[in-house]
Amino acid sequence: MIEKIKRDWFSNIRGDILAGIVVALALIPEAIAFSIIAGVDPMVGLYASFCIAVIISFTGGRPGMISAATGAMALLMVPLVKEYGLNYLLAATILTGVIQILFGVFKIAKFMKFIPNAVMIGFVNALAILIFMAQVPHFLGISNMTYVFVAVTLVIVYVVPRFIKSIPAPLIAIILLTSVALYTNIDLRTVGDLGSISSSLPVFLIPDVPFTLETLAIIFPYSLSLAIVGLLESLLTSSIVDDMTGTESNKNKEARGQGIANTITGFFGGMAGCAMIGQSVINVKSGGRGRLSTLVAGLFLMFLIIVLGNLVVQIPMPVLAGIMIMVSIGTFDWSSFSYIVKAPKSDATVMLATVIIVVMTNDLSKGVIAGVILSAIFFVAKISKIQVTKQLKGDNILFQVKGQLFFASVESFVNAFDLDRKDENIIIDFSNAHVWDESAVGAVDKVILKFRERNNTVTIQGLNASSKKMIDKLAMHHI
Amino acid sequence: MYQRILLAVDGSEHSLRAAQEAIKIASLSTNCVIEVVLVAEFSKAKDEVLHSQGKEELEISRRKRISPVEKKLQAKDLSYEVKILHGVPGPTIVDYANKGTFDIVIIGSRGLNTLQEMVLGSVSHKVAKRVNCPVMIVK
Repeated sequence: MIEKIKRDWFSNIRGDILAGIVVALALIPEAIAFSIIAGVDPMVGLYASFCIAVIISFTGGRPGMISAATGAMALLMVPLVKEYGLNYLLAATILTGVIQILFGVFKIAKFMKFIPNAVMIGFVNALAILIFMAQVPHFLGISNMTYVFVAVTLVIVYVVPRFIKSIPAPLIAIILLTSVALYTNIDLRTVGDLGSISSSLPVFLIPDVPFTLETLAIIFPYSLSLAIVGLLESLLTSSIVDDMTGTESNKNKEARGQGIANTITGFFGGMAGCAMIGQSVINVKSGGRGRLSTLVAGLFLMFLIIVLGNLVVQIPMPVLAGIMIMVSIGTFDWSSFSYIVKAPKSDATVMLATVIIVVMTNDLSKGVIAGVILSAIFFVAKISKIQVTKQLKGDNILFQVKGQLFFASVESFVNAFDLDRKDENIIIDFSNAHVWDESAVGAVDKVILKFRERNNTVTIQGLNASSKKMIDKLAMHHI
Repeated sequence: MYQRILLAVDGSEHSLRAAQEAIKIASLSTNCVIEVVLVAEFSKAKDEVLHSQGKEELEISRRKRISPVEKKLQAKDLSYEVKILHGVPGPTIVDYANKGTFDIVIIGSRGLNTLQEMVLGSVSHKVAKRVNCPVMIVK
């Protein structure tokens, strides 16, 4: 136990502290931008990022992973905030946490393997598209200077990392361009125009909502979506961190940890969040491996806000929009284009359907659910193909069955036999088939009884052990 | 002679040629061990995880990139080990080479990604500069 705590927390102190500081710097613009996407004050996202990072460093299942306010979650909240306001969002955040804790307790993480990668690819692509679309109002048709600032920001964030690796490029863009904007008095919209920043620590509060069933009915659908999407992104991120570090992580503990973090965050005025792919990659790349890095990221973020709060409101919106365009480009899976061509048609369709449904509904959870259902249907369709080949063997007629016999394939199985044969010796061979369920046994029965009605003798052979057990237990034809 | 050889590969044509040279050197002495190292790049971690269904498929897809080299080594009946590292290719290979006790590092002059090399400089160049033991760069 103490060994584990030592390894999780203190095996990489120097690397963790440095990486945590880098992540904190990279988190600030994102936390602010995601708050603006959700339609709340930047403080809500900053408090969330602080609380979630600090709590998850203790409760999470994946050391070295960064969780905070995220775009995926912010996008889901938009309608709730617009119609009902901040307090309902906080209540929904708490409920999201509770649902995720339940997911963790009931070991839902293992169901992640039912989500095919086509759906996950669709998920990140849709997320990237939505984040990009959310930026459009911040730069399109405002002023020429706005375009210039977005463009300069993009140049900085893509070129500067070639030369300066220690400081996150987005932060350099922010400092440089905010100074330029202040110094030259260029008229640009700033973060301050969209909300206020206070240099104070978050305090405990109970969301000001009526505790009624009606409130529950309003927030529950949002909380459920948030819980699903949050877990999806967190578990994907933890797989990526697992791979990068060559270590294993506890997925159910992570689900529970995310839940605890969101529940507490809601009580401290923060919005629901989850693990962040981009930030976690930055953390690992910068040398972060342990829980300490996540803790430092959260603490240092809060420290920066308290010290620099007044400057944060001066950040021009086009700079933030530029950084978010970079985030969306980084989120998008660019190998999807070759994937559409190379992957099986059904996978490509599932991926595209996931993206299209998300973009149309603005709801990541709907796209994921639709994608999973669609791929399940494709899977059943694929596996339900059954072949019956006919062969003459002396006086006997041999039917060879190949494939999976279950509810979805029984019809084509029965249709494959010419049941109007008369007075013959018929052998049905199941060596390359598997009988799965009651409807399959029923179909076998039906074929045999039909043949017998017309005075044929029928024998079946080659059943594997479990298929034979099924037939022996349920079939009628040998009674 | 060279007893322990580190052969850095990435699945490219160049790394196959590097393997060819490693075989030549290995066949000079009797009990030579080749360690074949592939770096799973940090910058590709997201893509690779997204595009494989689970850990096992990911593992297999990486082993597939090494298998042409393995076949060459098996054909000559040489003893070798395979190691998959995670990180940024240049520094990761350098770090691994300097921490182990290798007599020589063999690496292809170019890898799979030409564009990246133009911007960031080549992995083989970094390896040649910073590895302490002799380095052979195969054209």
